[in-house]
Amino acid sequence: MLATLGLTSIDQLFHDIPDEFRNPPLDLPEPLSELEIQRELAGLASKNRALGSGPSFLGAGSYHHFIPSIVKALMTRGEFLTAYTPYQPEVSQGTLQVIYEFQTLISSLFGMEVANAGMYDGATSLAEGVLMACRITRRDRVAVSDTVSPIYLQVIRTYCQAQGVRIEVVRHWEPEVGDDTACLVVQHPNFFGGIEELGEFAELAHGHGALLVVSADPLACGMLNPPGHYSADIVTAEGQPLGIPASYGGPYVGLFTCKEQYIRQMPSRLVGRTVDTQGRTGYVLTLQTREQHIRRERATSNICTNEALYALAATIYLAAMGRQGLKQVAELCYHKAHFAAAEIEALSGYSIPFKRGPFFQEFVVQCPAPPSEINRRLMERNILGGLDISVPPYSDPLPAELDKGMLLCVTEMNSKDDIDALVSGLAEFANA
Amino acid sequence: MLKGGSRDTGKLLMERSVPGRMGVVTPLLDVPLQPMPDASLLRDDLSLPEVSEPEVVQYFTALSQLNFSIDTQFYPLGSCTMKYNPKINDEMAFLPGFAAIHPLQPEEQSQGALELLYRLQEFLGEITGMAGVSLATLAGAHGELAGVLMMRAYHHAQGDTGRTKMAIPDSAHGTNPASAAMAGFDVVSLASDKDGNVDLEALHELAGPDLAGVMITLPSTLGLFDQNIVEVCRIVHEAGGLVYGDGANMNALLGRTKLGDLGFDVIHLNLHKTFSTPHGGGGPGAGPVCCAPILAPYLAAPVVAAGGSNGNGSVGTYSLSSPEQSIGKMSGYHGNFGVLVRAYTYIRTLGDAGIKSISGNAVLNANYLLQALKDIYYLPYDRTCMHEVVLSADWQRARGVSGLDVAKRLLDYGFHAPTMYFPLIVHEALMIEPTEAENRDTLDAFIQALRDINQESFDDPDFVHHAPHTTPVSRLDEAGAARHPDLRWRPEA
Repeated sequence: MLATLGLTSIDQLFHDIPDEFRNPPLDLPEPLSELEIQRELAGLASKNRALGSGPSFLGAGSYHHFIPSIVKALMTRGEFLTAYTPYQPEVSQGTLQVIYEFQTLISSLFGMEVANAGMYDGATSLAEGVLMACRITRRDRVAVSDTVSPIYLQVIRTYCQAQGVRIEVVRHWEPEVGDDTACLVVQHPNFFGGIEELGEFAELAHGHGALLVVSADPLACGMLNPPGHYSADIVTAEGQPLGIPASYGGPYVGLFTCKEQYIRQMPSRLVGRTVDTQGRTGYVLTLQTREQHIRRERATSNICTNEALYALAATIYLAAMGRQGLKQVAELCYHKAHFAAAEIEALSGYSIPFKRGPFFQEFVVQCPAPPSEINRRLMERNILGGLDISVPPYSDPLPAELDKGMLLCVTEMNSKDDIDALVSGLAEFANA
Repeated sequence: MLKGGSRDTGKLLMERSVPGRMGVVTPLLDVPLQPMPDASLLRDDLSLPEVSEPEVVQYFTALSQLNFSIDTQFYPLGSCTMKYNPKINDEMAFLPGFAAIHPLQPEEQSQGALELLYRLQEFLGEITGMAGVSLATLAGAHGELAGVLMMRAYHHAQGDTGRTKMAIPDSAHGTNPASAAMAGFDVVSLASDKDGNVDLEALHELAGPDLAGVMITLPSTLGLFDQNIVEVCRIVHEAGGLVYGDGANMNALLGRTKLGDLGFDVIHLNLHKTFSTPHGGGGPGAGPVCCAPILAPYLAAPVVAAGGSNGNGSVGTYSLSSPEQSIGKMSGYHGNFGVLVRAYTYIRTLGDAGIKSISGNAVLNANYLLQALKDIYYLPYDRTCMHEVVLSADWQRARGVSGLDVAKRLLDYGFHAPTMYFPLIVHEALMIEPTEAENRDTLDAFIQALRDINQESFDDPDFVHHAPHTTPVSRLDEAGAARHPDLRWRPEA
């Protein structure tokens, strides 16, 4: 091939690079064969404790749920896995129809009118929801409930730092919303597990011309009223609970839904149904004048590549679980978590501070010893305990008396034996 | 769409739904039933499909077969680096010790993951010649946003708050101006000269006390290595600005030069392009940010530190940390870990020579196409190209066949289309990126197809104008889709 170009060495193709900067020394390790790589990576993987290797009670935004085998089997098909963004709809109907299905199921799950093709993750989805609310209302003050994930709050701050947006953390029992507030941001169920009164939040926000932006758990919406039921304007979520492995935090998929009147302010891709020149049904990327490749600096967001493969995973998961399956999984989580909470509360020295309100699958326990110490002892029994919320940023919104908080999560993956093992591990620290 | 015995994809999930069907059997409850919350909190309107497992598998398999993909077709989509994705990479990411670990589990329980991330930071720093690396950003545009926020934070930390302008070449990807705008900058367009390089005179005019920096894609989206790049960096630095590098086209430069050496201050890489992680129909990607020492304190959190290296932790242990003046967290956790495992695996299979052979073969393949096609497709910049060649269908246009038509006709020949109408400064642009992973037979077949289509533009332009003719659907009514958005299935009223 070089000869057809009249060249004798590959290096000649790079003559535009200034000599002093061409072919720099490179210091990478020697290459490995596939066999050796499997060994090296298996070695690294074995230094991590996998969720399935023992009872695990850690949630806080990433959850250990059952994933049917068909999710991986279908999403790893080369035709899905090695395609790109469906720029050529005639040869991308598979991906496009999947996204249309995704938009249908996600909007339906949250009781919302429309969903987009997905965002990076739950945190960035919420941050983009906040920016969208500012665009719609042309206001720049944002009230974030103190029960929104402290991690999500950090990401909202990062995204808003150059936008002239003021972020105010407000008390969830008495959020301050004014006539200059763009949106009230709440979480459903909240970061500490509780189910809040979304209807009251909606009324408060709308009374001031502000939007209600909700970050929701999609699985909880298998049994609980979804945010759309309470007139939420923008609903975002972490899609990971829907058939996506924890994978040390990614890749996940951000879910993003809103009222139909706001679609032209939405970030990210949208797929629409249309017809071809012969009248056959087909699907295309649509309303692209919102997007960066057309609108450039005036786009609704800079997002381009999102997480289509995991939108596919979530769609397969929802199709497989269906109406009944999703409800059953949500109820399993609910009953197991409430059973565990009752058992733990019966231990001397432990209390459940927020129990006056209903919760879904997570709850806070005030412990008799520092949670980090308890977690260390639990790990000696190969039990992954809850999140230590006695440290910043998790402790930021908590009352001073809640100084040894642990956020526990119980899902359908935890058997009664798991829960019994947790309770007996915690009992070690109970007051005699 | 129904042909032979293949499965029908015409009905959507909700139209296949039969009450009572389930794709998964859930386990029985093994703890006592607990009191339910107030009924007013519970929904009875959950509308999801009810279908069996075989139906789900058959439906999604049939859908997959409507796609073109790298595994099934040559996919020379310019600027997207659609190279073969080694299967070992996926298998490694699916190891339970990687796929089933919680992002908030104690660091002692995640040492293998942290070690892998630390090594990947080192590899990417070495490949780019950059001192600081954060893996926390989830796609190219996400990395861009982090990078330009770092530039802003740097200027502000110097008390230099008057730098409001970001200069971006007219050939740039749309994400560049969109990211700059999200970081609060006013975008100004930077012209290209007749050779496709940054116009130095135009740059001189913009280089002043209000210039925050420039965003440069190297090689440019014209597929050309900017011969003035060192001078571009010098002019910007002299004016007190910073140089951002969009690493979308890094496949051309692997092992050939280091962006840090050339003068770039901060860049992002697209692991789903250059480092072969699967594109997934539009993600997941990963967009790590690499930077010069002066910007390292502003990197997105978290970064992985090795114990003993900066005073924290013991030697041989790894931990997550936040750079002192970090722009903050860009996403929920530590980056798209599953993608990072794949990229790590890829680099481990290559070593120094392997890395260099990628850029060598990618550039060779692109120049082979350039040489074989430039007599029949107009070549706006007749220079050695890098990893992609930008042609124009201007000559075909004169016969009533547009770049779009050529692209659509290629689908009939079983090839994915090149990127069309981009960069914006080339009329009827066809941006072709073959990658290093295709052999000469494939390239020759592609060349023949483009030559045949050119002949068709003489013989039967109308036929080409109505292509594709053999795909599952023909051209779709995009205007209608935008005018009357139908974005989800709804039950018939």
